[in-house]
Amino acid sequence: MKSSRIVITGIGLTAPNGNSLAEFRQNLLQGVAGIERVEIRYMGAQLAGVCHYDPLRYQTKKEIRVGTRAGSISIYCAREALADSRVDWAAQPKDRVGIYIGCTEHGNVETENEIYNISKFNYDTKFWSHYHNPRTVANNPSGEASLNLGVTGPAYTIGAACAAGNLGLIHAAQMLRLGEVDLAICGGVSESIHTFGIFAGFKSQNALATHTEPGKASRPFDLARNGIVVSEGGCLYTLERLEDAQARGAKIYAEIAGYHVNSDASDYVLPNPVRQAECVRASIRRAGLEPRDIHIVNTHATATPLGDIQECEAIRAVFGEGCPDTHVNNTKSYIGHCMGAAGALELAGNLPSFDDLTVHPTINVDRLDPACALPGLVLNQPRKVAKVDTILNNSFGMLGINSTLIVKRFAA
Amino acid sequence: MTKDECKKVVIDIIADIAPDEDLSTLKPEVRLRDQLQLDSMDFLDIVMELRKRHGIEVPEADYIQLASLDSCANYLTPKFNALSARS
Repeated sequence: MKSSRIVITGIGLTAPNGNSLAEFRQNLLQGVAGIERVEIRYMGAQLAGVCHYDPLRYQTKKEIRVGTRAGSISIYCAREALADSRVDWAAQPKDRVGIYIGCTEHGNVETENEIYNISKFNYDTKFWSHYHNPRTVANNPSGEASLNLGVTGPAYTIGAACAAGNLGLIHAAQMLRLGEVDLAICGGVSESIHTFGIFAGFKSQNALATHTEPGKASRPFDLARNGIVVSEGGCLYTLERLEDAQARGAKIYAEIAGYHVNSDASDYVLPNPVRQAECVRASIRRAGLEPRDIHIVNTHATATPLGDIQECEAIRAVFGEGCPDTHVNNTKSYIGHCMGAAGALELAGNLPSFDDLTVHPTINVDRLDPACALPGLVLNQPRKVAKVDTILNNSFGMLGINSTLIVKRFAA
Repeated sequence: MTKDECKKVVIDIIADIAPDEDLSTLKPEVRLRDQLQLDSMDFLDIVMELRKRHGIEVPEADYIQLASLDSCANYLTPKFNALSARS
């Protein structure tokens, strides 16, 4: 067993409102959302979070044509994270690098596209693409990144619905502790806006957000919230064991302090606040902390009428009224729900708080739902605070998977 | 269709499946694989695009006929002409 201390040394991301951590953070502090109207097959214009990174920065035109959007996002984020980490990539043994990417789903985009394609040929399957299988295997996003980077260590995805971004980081920390790899590229990605199915599915659940102003459509905790804005995105980190990071003089963003993953075992889609609270408590316990030691709670809340209330119930159960230094916020209010990327992106958006001692707010709350009126909720304006030493990030998903990840300010 | 027109059809397809390549200096008698970064999936792309765009079928046993622009033209031009004669 190697050192148990795992640190974040690099971040690469693309969000609907930013293609670097600096741009993303600036927009979170300035209240700039990134939601727009896009044409969705069979459905017409829908609200969505679209990423505007340049794929040609790290891929050839042919790689983009052959690969998937999730693969492209993974490559962009992985390359950006590695550049940010200042790892000597040429000298890095590639068989000791692991790529662990969380995904909500993968393959729907390509399958829908192929069915649409053969519909133009009277559904004759001889027109079905020979790229369908490599594009739709569940490990595609990590596999494309491994091809692009020449990584020969383990590269696979972690399917965990919308908890997947956190799971990518958690799994990477576990693999580093086990000594399976020396450097992990990890987090989550989503290409979901390119499948009509996810929009149609949420609409059939009465859980798809609508609003006349796109930037105001994602409104967790607001009384008038009416559902999820589907978004794409990606955020990958480089994680290393502390001694390895220190040996090369790496910049350290934060240390993994604790985490927990559990399951509701109660419903396909409805959250379970009791299990969510258990997950949060267990992560705090593993970190050796008390609830009052948590300074930022970044919520999962997706702006569904019931889901937000249930998460607030869980947070209230854990933190109660006795945590004056605990501030609560939500990042989806800017970028919508980036699905498999959500946990990783939302954590990244809060990491600069260690330096600027500012908590980014939840925007779009015109009338706070009394059922969501948590102590410490930061609404509409950034809040300067006395200290930020810990950040707790919730990400929950369908079929009742809950994940909580805690990072802390690095102190040697 | 002439053989030169047939080569133009093939080049148009290759331009889409290998968009990073410079096709202006392609030598018609040299194997495409020796001039371009093309793998077996790319050749399946050529077969698929011939099917989709032009209704031309290339059986697997004949894939070798697609090795160079010249061999493509020799093999495909009669197929194009037979197709246009039928329509």
